[in-house]
This record gives sequence, C-alpha cells and structure tokens, in this order.
Amino acid sequence: MFPTGLFYTLFILKNCLLLYPTETVVQQMSQKVLLTSKEINIILHRLACQLLENHLDFKDTVLIGIQPRGVYLAERLAKVLREDYKVKDIQLGLLDITFYRDDFGRGEKTLKASTTKIDFLVEDKNVVLIDDVLYTGRSIRAALTAIQSFGRPLDIELLTLIDRRFSRHLPIQPNYRGRQVDAINEEKVKVMWEENDGKDIVYLVSK
Amino acid sequence: MSELSVDHLLGIKYLDKKDIALIFETADHFKEVINRSIKKVPTLRDTTIANIFFENSTRTKLSFELAEKRLSADVINFSASQSSVKKGETLIDTVNNILSMKVDMVVMRHPNPGAGIFLSKHVDASIINAGDGAHEHPTQALLDSYSIREKLGDIGGKNVVIVGDILHSRVALSNIFALKLQGANVKVCGPKTLIPKHIESLGVTVETNLRKALEWCDVANMLRVQNERMDISYFPSTREYTQQFGVNKQLLNSLDKQIVIMHPGPINRGVEITSDVADSDQSIILEQVENGVAVRMAVMYLLAAKK
Repeated sequence: MFPTGLFYTLFILKNCLLLYPTETVVQQMSQKVLLTSKEINIILHRLACQLLENHLDFKDTVLIGIQPRGVYLAERLAKVLREDYKVKDIQLGLLDITFYRDDFGRGEKTLKASTTKIDFLVEDKNVVLIDDVLYTGRSIRAALTAIQSFGRPLDIELLTLIDRRFSRHLPIQPNYRGRQVDAINEEKVKVMWEENDGKDIVYLVSK
Repeated sequence: MSELSVDHLLGIKYLDKKDIALIFETADHFKEVINRSIKKVPTLRDTTIANIFFENSTRTKLSFELAEKRLSADVINFSASQSSVKKGETLIDTVNNILSMKVDMVVMRHPNPGAGIFLSKHVDASIINAGDGAHEHPTQALLDSYSIREKLGDIGGKNVVIVGDILHSRVALSNIFALKLQGANVKVCGPKTLIPKHIESLGVTVETNLRKALEWCDVANMLRVQNERMDISYFPSTREYTQQFGVNKQLLNSLDKQIVIMHPGPINRGVEITSDVADSDQSIILEQVENGVAVRMAVMYLLAAKK
C-alpha cells in the first residue's frame, strides 16, 4: 500500500536522507567473532594434548611454524607444552615459504620474505607444520617443498587453528584442527594474537 | 614497499635508498638459503636468463651463473669471442636473436659505457648491467656495501676510502654512488694521474697520501691496477706504484685501529695489496665473493618479480 499526500512526501524525504548513510554501511566490512580469547585458549590446550597423545616426549618431533602468521601459533603451542604439560626440549623452527610459492610472477605483488630459522636437523624427524589458517592449501604445498631443503623427515603432519573447508585447491588436509569454518571465498578469516595485535581473537570478515 | 623502483639494474645511479635496503634485506634471506644443505629454491623455474659477456670475466660470470642456478632459472651463456659479433652483427641484433629464444632477463657485460642503458631502450627483457666499460658495475657495489653492512652493522657515517685506479674503474664509480646514497663518507686515494678531474663533484674527497687515508678510514677498498685499460703510462713503474699505494702488513699494523680491507678481485698480489694482508683476518675478500651470490640472487628475484 503506497502512502499518499503529505505522508508520501515525507516518505521520499526520509528515504533520501537515509540513502547516504545506508550506502556507507554497505561499503564497510562487517566482521563477526569466530573465536574469543577464551575459546582460543581452550583450543590451544586441546591441540597441545592431541600433539602429546601422538608424540609423547617430543624426542623425535619438531614443530615448524610457517612464516609469517603461523609462527605465533607455533610459539604459543610450544609455550603451552613447555609450561603446562612439562615437555622439555621442544624444538621449534621458523620456515619462510616465499621462494617456494607457485604464484611468483603471476600478477601478485612480490611478497617480502621473512626469516627462516631451523637450527636442528629434520632428517628422520616427525615434523609438525603449523599455520594459522588452512585455505587453498597452496602455502602448505610450498612448505612441503621448502622443508625438503633441510633433509628428509620421517613424516610430516599439519596443524592449523582454522580449517576453511570447501575452499581447497589441493588434496591437503590437517591432522590437527582448531576449528572448522565454512566460509565463502569473498570472506576472510583474520587471526589476531596478543603479542602482535593486542588480543587473541579470530574474526570472519566479509566485504 | 616490497618492489624495486626500476625495471632494470643498469647502475646504482638509478636506484634510491629504499631499493638498496630492499635488495639487502632480500639478500639476507638468500644468504640463509645458500648455506642450507640443499642450496636451491624453485622461485625462477620458469625464467630464462642469458649471460652475455662481450668482455672477459671469471668471477662475475660464475657468481651470476651460480645465483641463477640457485634460483632454478634456465641459463644460457654467450661470450663474444665465440660468436657472430666477430662476423659484424650489431648489439641489438645479437640480443634480439637471443631474446627470440624466449629469454626473460639479460645479464650483460660490455666494454662500452652505456651499453646496458642503450639495450634496455630497445629490447623487451630485464637488463642487468654486469659492467659497462669504465662506467658502472652495480652488483659489485651492492655486494661491497652488503659486506660492509655485514661486518660493521651499518654504512651510514662510516668512512670508506677507495684506493687505486679510480679513472678506469667502474667499481669505483658504482661504489661512490652506493656509499653516498647510504650516507657514508667517501675518499678516493691514488696517483693524481688515475683520479678523474672534478671527482669532488660526486661528493667525495681526494687524498694522495695513502697513510693519511688509511688513518682516516674504517674500510679500505683496494682496486686492481687495470693495465689492460691503460693505453698510456699513468705512473713510472709498478714498483713505484706499490711503494706509494700498495697496502702491506707493516703499514696496517702501524695504524692505531683495525680497518677492514676489501678487494673486488682479481688481486694482483704484491702490487696493490700484499699476500699477508689479503689473507689476514682484517680482509673480507672471500666474504665479498660469498655475498656476491646472495646479492645477485636478490637482484634477479626482485627484477623477475616486476615482470
């Protein structure tokens, strides 16, 4: 039912006034909290326990954080294992995969490399690759190639905090996952860490 | 900023300070790569690089070739002495013939100053100047600065003296540009006949007394006497040159500080530098060679990324 007379004029006026703010709201990104700091903490402990279950004393196991964002998770897990579960001698390495990416020279901006620091041998070790978000699987593919430069591991497992299923380009699945998320390609998962971003929180950002 | 401001590396003159910082930061990562048990990354596996040398070179060519192979690029080598250049082919024709074999990048050394710049205007590939006559040798200057940075932490404010044949040296010119850009104080030292007129306009000072220059500096870069470029006599005899401008252990020990000794190679042992100095722990000559591979990898990686 259409409003008439004065009401109609007011109705149009109101819509015109609303037009500007409504448009800015549409352009703004909306973000939803996926995991709170408390939930992240619970997940970290669960992941640590799952690692313990499979690797016990970590004698032949090494943790490898994938640069740049997987390192925070790897360091956090190592800390939980060391302090809360009294695992001695956790070996933690940092692996940069920039030079192993498969999109070099394909229109993407050059990604700045980060430090690789692996002070131990990976030959015949159980390697646990650690990254914050598993999306297409291409970073992990690059990491699998990169880790070979340091020797031939006995086996390689994958741990991720967020597993975005349905968006994989390659047959890669995590052995340990924090939370599975069904996100569409236009959405982005943003993992923030206290030591870098001020607080532990995971957002689902939609454009 | 993770991109170079240039599409070719023709000379240090065309770079800015940020470019040099980016190259060094990238070279740090490649230096870690070349110290692994498997010293190779697959980054440039779909890039083909031609090394075109119209002038003799051993270490620069080897260093470039090794850097290319460490990046998994396909490499073709070409030297003018075995080529159709002898039959009268022009530079552009030679290079275009090579480029029609789908080459993405050209590393070129040429006896004529500006050859790389000329080529970059006529062909569609990234050009890296590996030395053009007495003009520039940018990768050498980059690896020299990188080695100073590694040894002394920073280049800004450091005193660097370049000793020897400044007149014929592309290493000297590129080094002056690179060091000034990074805020170092630069002095050149050598016989007056081998120091170009008006070199002060580049912001360097001239010293003809080696001892005074060494007392002033933190780093001494000893250049080779380039007999092959000297068509007339610039000094009475090699022996006299050595007495005036050669560095020996006795001279170094008499200074009240430990300076860093560099040399771009090849060394004329006993002429510009004695063996005991070249092999002493003050010399970083072999580090320069190692760093050369990492720096060249960084340059090629960053240029290939711009394609």
